[in-house]
Amino acid sequence: MADQDLLETDQPLLVANALSKSYGRIAACRDVSFSLYPGEVLAIVGESGSGKSTLLQLLSGQLATSGGQVSYRMRDGVTRDLAALGEAERRLLFRTDWGFVHQDPAQGLRMAVSAGANVGERLMAVGWNHYGRIRESASDWLTRVEIDVARIDDAPRTYSGGMRQRLQIARNLVTGPRLVFMDEPTGGLDVSVQARLLDLLRNLVAELHLAVVIVTHDLAVARLLSHRVMVMKGGRVIETGLTDQVLDDPREPYTQLLVSSILPP
Amino acid sequence: MNAPAYNFAYLDEQTKRMIRRAILKAIAIPGYQVPFASREMPMPYGWGTGGVQVTAAILGPQDVLKVIDQGSDDTTNAISIRKFFAKTAGVATTTSTDEATVIQTRHRIPEVALHANQVLVYQVPIPEPLRFLEPRETETRRMHALAEYGLMHVKLYEDIARFGHIATAYAYPVKVNGRYVMDPSPTPKFDNPKMDNCPALQLFGAGREKRIYAIPPYTKVVSLDFEDHPFEPYRFNAPCALCAAENSYLDEIVTDDKGSRMFVCSDTDYCEGRQAAGHHGALSAAPYKDKAQGGANG
Repeated sequence: MADQDLLETDQPLLVANALSKSYGRIAACRDVSFSLYPGEVLAIVGESGSGKSTLLQLLSGQLATSGGQVSYRMRDGVTRDLAALGEAERRLLFRTDWGFVHQDPAQGLRMAVSAGANVGERLMAVGWNHYGRIRESASDWLTRVEIDVARIDDAPRTYSGGMRQRLQIARNLVTGPRLVFMDEPTGGLDVSVQARLLDLLRNLVAELHLAVVIVTHDLAVARLLSHRVMVMKGGRVIETGLTDQVLDDPREPYTQLLVSSILPP
Repeated sequence: MNAPAYNFAYLDEQTKRMIRRAILKAIAIPGYQVPFASREMPMPYGWGTGGVQVTAAILGPQDVLKVIDQGSDDTTNAISIRKFFAKTAGVATTTSTDEATVIQTRHRIPEVALHANQVLVYQVPIPEPLRFLEPRETETRRMHALAEYGLMHVKLYEDIARFGHIATAYAYPVKVNGRYVMDPSPTPKFDNPKMDNCPALQLFGAGREKRIYAIPPYTKVVSLDFEDHPFEPYRFNAPCALCAAENSYLDEIVTDDKGSRMFVCSDTDYCEGRQAAGHHGALSAAPYKDKAQGGANG
C-alpha cells in the first residue's frame, strides 16, 4: 500500500539535507539527509544518546541547525526552507499542518483544562468561533481515539496514561495535519496499552494518509508502524532502508546487535 | 498649594516623565502592555499603586480628581487616595462623575457616560489576560506579538463546558482595536460595553506588575465570545433599593444575620444623584444625605 502512495505522490513532503547539530565539541547529529513522502512513515531507531531526539527537533524547526537545511512542501505546493520561515509562519505550521506527539503527554496537553478544550484548542487557534461545532469536532475525535465521549469535560489529569496519550494524538490530528512527529509515543505505557495504541495509530495513519517521523528505541514499534527505518548511532545514520529489509536482514554490525538484542517471544 | 514638603503630586519630575513616555506609547498601541519602572508608593501593592502613579503623572493643578473603589466614593481606598492627592498636589477633589477631569477607579466604570475631557485611570492587579492559562511571561509576550489568542477562547470554552454559559463575570477579556487582547482589570463584565467607543481616555496602571496600557478615545473594544454563546453583560435583576434604578450595576448588601439583603447601586454618586432628583426605591426611607464632600476641600 505504501508503494502505491509513493507512486501517487512523487513530490517529497519533507527534505532534510546534510543536517548537523553540535553542542560545543559534541556533535549530536552529523550529516543526515533523507526525503519523506506524503503518507510515508519513517522510524528513526537507535540507542539513547544516538541523536534521535535532536534530529526530531531539528526536523520540526524547534532547534536551529548548525549546518544543512530542512525544507517542507507547504499546503500551497511551494517547498520552503524552514529556517527562512518567520516565527509566526512556523508556529502556524506547527498548529495546523503538523502534529507533535510527545513521549510524556503532560508536555503536549494542558493538564488542567478539559479534554474537549484540549482537542478544541487548535481549532480555536485557527479562528473557529462556534462552541457547538468545536465541541462536535472534539467529541468526534475522542470517539476516533476510543475515549468515551462522556469524559469530554474531564481534565486529562484524571485520565490513565494510555488515555492521555490517545488524547494527545486526537489533539494533534484535529486540524488535519499532513505530517506528524512522534517522540517515543508508546514509551512509559504497559505492553497491552502499547499494543492498542499502536493499532490505533496504524489505522489513523493509513486512513488519514499521514506522513510520520517516529523516533523510537523499540524495534517492535518500528516494525508495526513504519515503512522505512533509519538506524542512528553516535549522531550518524548508519543504515537506512525498508523496514522489513533492515530488521530482517541488517547489514551493519550495530544494527545486527540491535535486532538480535530483542528477546524472542 | 499646601504641600511644600513634596514635589507636585508626590512623584519627582523625572519619574513622571518616564511614566508619561510609557503612557504615550500605550496610547499609540491600544491594548499593548508597556513595561515601566514602577516606583514604590506610600501604600501597599494591591491598593492601587499603579493607578496612583498614572494619576500622579497626568495630574495638573487645574484638574478635578474623583476616586472610586468598586463604584463607591467613600470606602477607605477611595478616601485615602483622594486625600493623598489633595495633600500632595493640592488639586480639587469631587465625588461627582460629571465634574471630574481625572477619575481613578478600582473595579468599576461610572454609570454616567464619560465625556471627552475626562481621563479614566484604572488600578490593575494582573494586567496579563493569558496569565492563568499560560504561566510563562516570555510565552505570553510572544503570543501577544503574534496575535495568537486561541487560548483565550479555551478559557471561555471551559466556562461553557462546565456551567453551560460563559461564567466569567469580571476581568472579561476584550479585543482592543482589532489587535491586542486585554484584561479590562477586574471590572464586572457589565461595564465592558462602556469601554467601546468611549469619548474619554482610558489608562490602566499595574504597579506591582510594572505595566501600563491604554484605550484611546473612540476606540473599538470588543468582548470575546462564541457565535453561539454571545457576550452578555450581567446584572442582578432588581431595581436599586435606594434610587429604583433599573439599569445600574448593583451591590448586594447583607443587612442582618437572618438572610436579609438589599441591592443598591454600586456607583454611589449615580445613586445619590438619582435620589436628589426625586427617585426613590423600596428601602429609601432614610432622609436624603446631603453631598458633603463635593469639591469644597481643595
